[in-house]
Amino acid sequence: MAKYIQGATGEWEVVIGLEIHAQVLSEAKLFSGSSTKFGAEPNTQVSFVCSAMPGMLPVINEECIRQAIRTGLAMGCEINLRSVFDRKNYFYADLPQGYQISQFKDPIVGEGVMEITLDDGSTKSIGVERLHLEQDAGKSMHDQHPSQTYVDLNRCGVALMEIVSKPDMRSAEEAGAYFRKIRTLVRYAGTCDGNMDQGSMRADVNVSVRRPGAELGTRSETKNVNSIRFMMQVIDFETRRQIDILEDGGEVAQETRQFDPATGTTSSLRSKEEAHDYRYFPDPDLLPLEFSQDYVDELAKNMPELPDAKKARFVEDLGISDYNAAVLVAEKENADYFEDLLVELSAKCGQDKAKIATQAANWVIVDLFGALKKAGKPIIDSPISTAHGAELLALQVDGTISGRIAKDVFEIMIETGQAPEQIVEEKGLKQVSDTGAIEAMIDEILAENQDKVEQYRGGKDKLFGFFVGQVMKKTQGKANPQVVNQLLRPKLDG
Amino acid sequence: MSVDIKTVAKIADLARIAVREEELAPLAGELNNILDWIEQLSEVNTDGVAPMTSVVEVDLPWRADKVTDGGYRDDILANAPSTEHGFFSVPKVIE
Amino acid sequence: MSELTRLTLAEARDGLAKGDFTAREMTAQHLKAMEQGRELNSYIVETADMALDMADKADHMIRGGNATGMTGIPVAVKDLYCTKDVHSCSASHILNGFKPKYESTVTANLWQDGAVMLGKTNMDEFAMGSSNETSFYGPVKNPWRATKADGTLDSRDYVPGGSSGGSVAAVAGHMAIAATGTDTGGSIRQPAAFTGLVGMKPTYGRCSRWGMIAFASSLDQAGPITRTVRDAAIMMESMASYDVKDSTSVERTVPNYEHALTGDIRGMKIGIPKEYRMDGMPDEIEKLWQQGIAWLKDAGAEIIDISLPHTKYALPTYYIVAPAEASSNLARYDGVKYGLRVEGDGLPGMYKNTRAEGFGDEVKRRILIGTYVLSAGYYDAYYLKAQKIRTLIAQDFAKAYEQVDVILTPTAPSAAFAMGEKSDDPIAMYLNDVFTVPASLAGLPAISVPAGLSADAMPLGLQLIGRAFDEETMFRAAHVLEHAAGFTATPKVWWGEK
Repeated sequence: MAKYIQGATGEWEVVIGLEIHAQVLSEAKLFSGSSTKFGAEPNTQVSFVCSAMPGMLPVINEECIRQAIRTGLAMGCEINLRSVFDRKNYFYADLPQGYQISQFKDPIVGEGVMEITLDDGSTKSIGVERLHLEQDAGKSMHDQHPSQTYVDLNRCGVALMEIVSKPDMRSAEEAGAYFRKIRTLVRYAGTCDGNMDQGSMRADVNVSVRRPGAELGTRSETKNVNSIRFMMQVIDFETRRQIDILEDGGEVAQETRQFDPATGTTSSLRSKEEAHDYRYFPDPDLLPLEFSQDYVDELAKNMPELPDAKKARFVEDLGISDYNAAVLVAEKENADYFEDLLVELSAKCGQDKAKIATQAANWVIVDLFGALKKAGKPIIDSPISTAHGAELLALQVDGTISGRIAKDVFEIMIETGQAPEQIVEEKGLKQVSDTGAIEAMIDEILAENQDKVEQYRGGKDKLFGFFVGQVMKKTQGKANPQVVNQLLRPKLDG
Repeated sequence: MSVDIKTVAKIADLARIAVREEELAPLAGELNNILDWIEQLSEVNTDGVAPMTSVVEVDLPWRADKVTDGGYRDDILANAPSTEHGFFSVPKVIE
Repeated sequence: MSELTRLTLAEARDGLAKGDFTAREMTAQHLKAMEQGRELNSYIVETADMALDMADKADHMIRGGNATGMTGIPVAVKDLYCTKDVHSCSASHILNGFKPKYESTVTANLWQDGAVMLGKTNMDEFAMGSSNETSFYGPVKNPWRATKADGTLDSRDYVPGGSSGGSVAAVAGHMAIAATGTDTGGSIRQPAAFTGLVGMKPTYGRCSRWGMIAFASSLDQAGPITRTVRDAAIMMESMASYDVKDSTSVERTVPNYEHALTGDIRGMKIGIPKEYRMDGMPDEIEKLWQQGIAWLKDAGAEIIDISLPHTKYALPTYYIVAPAEASSNLARYDGVKYGLRVEGDGLPGMYKNTRAEGFGDEVKRRILIGTYVLSAGYYDAYYLKAQKIRTLIAQDFAKAYEQVDVILTPTAPSAAFAMGEKSDDPIAMYLNDVFTVPASLAGLPAISVPAGLSADAMPLGLQLIGRAFDEETMFRAAHVLEHAAGFTATPKVWWGEK
């Protein structure tokens, strides 16, 4: 279903392509043995190779090769058994070699297709053009001194994967869904931490507009956008800007632009005429990168379960709803939490996972995520461990506490991090399932409320809930609701 | 193929080498002499010939993912024309 | 001039072992000769204190029975090698004052074996030149001068060849027993031929390039410059190694090259490529070549005529590939991390002024050519085409080696020429390397052996080109050729204290 944008002179279609830069998770840099750790003192994670001292040479890090292949496998892309490293030549203060080692004609990963799911539940296929390995640049700081720029090369030479999409996206929403999907995939595969605050993932956003069905329009490329929200702002702004130009009879310039998060706008960085001539050629310090299909197969065999497969398994094997499954797999840590919890819960109450999965999923999504969101905490900082969560759910499953009591216990757990069994024990919250005691209580209540009993019997069915409530009140919520129901109904019906 | 003054200026700019206006014409002449001489390569038939990637037949060596280098900032900055607070320092970049 | 400076490397090694003299004595004599020979401008930096320290260590090694073939041998190091805390500038102003905090693998190998560094030698800037006239530190003078018809020496200065001009002048001028050179298109072999020395370039990948200031990465190789083939064999064994820090270095055992010098080449097949017989080549070069063929034949080798059809395209191919790689390799000289900085209008102005002032004319010329041939729209026509022709050149050699073991050619199309004679004509200068460049493009080992004198008594060399990684066969043939030629001439000393 095409989403067209209504302009003053008719409908327009936006065409979007993304180049996502994802930092490879590795200990050392792509071509040198210095560390990739974030946040070190300036120029302390720099070797003679990173700083392009005369006579220094690159040697490739095998982990970066593995991670690129694994990312390609995760995205379902073709893996190229032979690829070539090229030099991309340009001058910049934080590019000490005067060239970036990248892959131009022959990337390590080739084409593939990614399926994205949109808010309305519909799906769409987005083509992936390629993934290639390249070196990151250093960092220039322009605001530390009135007339000088400071250069820190700590990041220089860290491995990046550049993932290039086809121009298949037609809205900011689609681009957002695609970016999120890639981010989820690399995080599942463990090839990139997806940490956008630290610049581990960022995108160059290509936007053009055209009349529906027309040839592709001239595109702008907005560089280095470092959040999904900003990316969507860029797309919306660029779409409006380009439509305005075209509707005023102007022409969109092919140019590189930059995004200003403060204003949510983009501005020109350089025009096509000023564009770099990168003079790519194969790096003579390196040989072509070659590996066997067996090597790729071995990596494929050891890939972790990916979100789509996990979601399908949650739905098919565990009977979890489509929606809940999608929520759980969206972040790897959430899915991991859920799965660990389920294993422990199943072991505790001796029940099959499928039987208790829905209850566990609901608790994780509604109760736990709700509380974490309120506290502004990520799941890895959850005050409730998977063991405690499983214990709490098990107490409900085996009837030790009611659902209502469970909510109270949960609040205490969030506050104190205490174990639920301990809370139940200390506060005497165990559910009363003793039929004799409950029956006596029911009799008492019926006697005290003769008028209501009459009304009920006169056809006011809704009063059943009132009597249940009275029993619960008397037991401070500890009566087993099922037992109460079973005993109350015959007595009322007389 | 021969280069004119404009092209020489463009190449010099790409190579970040300042060339004075009056140097352009003689430089174009020198470059054209060399390019004319190189031109004889066009007579070689290279259809179906693979470009040389490496003169020796060896595989690209892969190194283990270990931190084995870095951590010597003083040596990195020792030869720099200008440094400040552990950074390289360059004339301000305006974008 | 003192006698210890006249020794071959093998003689020096043997004398040290026998205790006839110490490394310190030999080093001291060389330091004195260097002082007297400053007029030749072969050294950019003399490292006298370091040399004496290293000599003492060498003497200690010798006394301890831990000597190698290189222990105590005073060597000159081309300025292109990075040597820790010592001037290493590739004779360029752009690396002004650069003292690396690391030691190149090749020189580290030499010091490990106990060799003594005398200083850093002059060279063509970034190894771009064939006459050592492009150095920021001024031209090097060849210790050899032509003899005029009346028997007196020409008063003009002659070039030592290039780019390893300082290294050959140091050895030929008896200011070092041996020297390291580097060879991209002939930079060891041609200057060796111009100064009556042996110059050897191993197979690409034999020596680590780590710590060698890059000119053209796919061509650059380290190699020794010595007085004899045996000396080259001894020094090569020390310089060569597999290095995990250089992705293009090759993991192969380094043989004992000296063992290859058996003096027996009976049945060895020597290829004579007809394409090396070039128009306008002086008669004396052709005559020397024929003489070389006769010597090898007399020694029992089989002479086989071969064809290397793409030879004439090697030089223009080289002048695309080498400048292209250089234009990129030299991009790091930008006034930020080391060397010269010349301020200008902002960062781009600083870049342009630094590089305009830091690079000499020939280097700039090659950077511009290299930039042009890689630029958008020209890559296929120039660079890609050249790399394809390079494949054809390598195939020519591969085919020839189905028939022969070693190829014999002249090293250079002429003897050393007078300074300034060719410096205004780049292409005439480039033609100096016409016989050395093909082996470079194919990555093959090659050696220049002094074989005779020109009509005006300047040295001439013959080149042997070997199979990839078969330096041994090449050394064996070179050793026989050397003996047959019996080249013993040395330059008459006209410099310093006479």
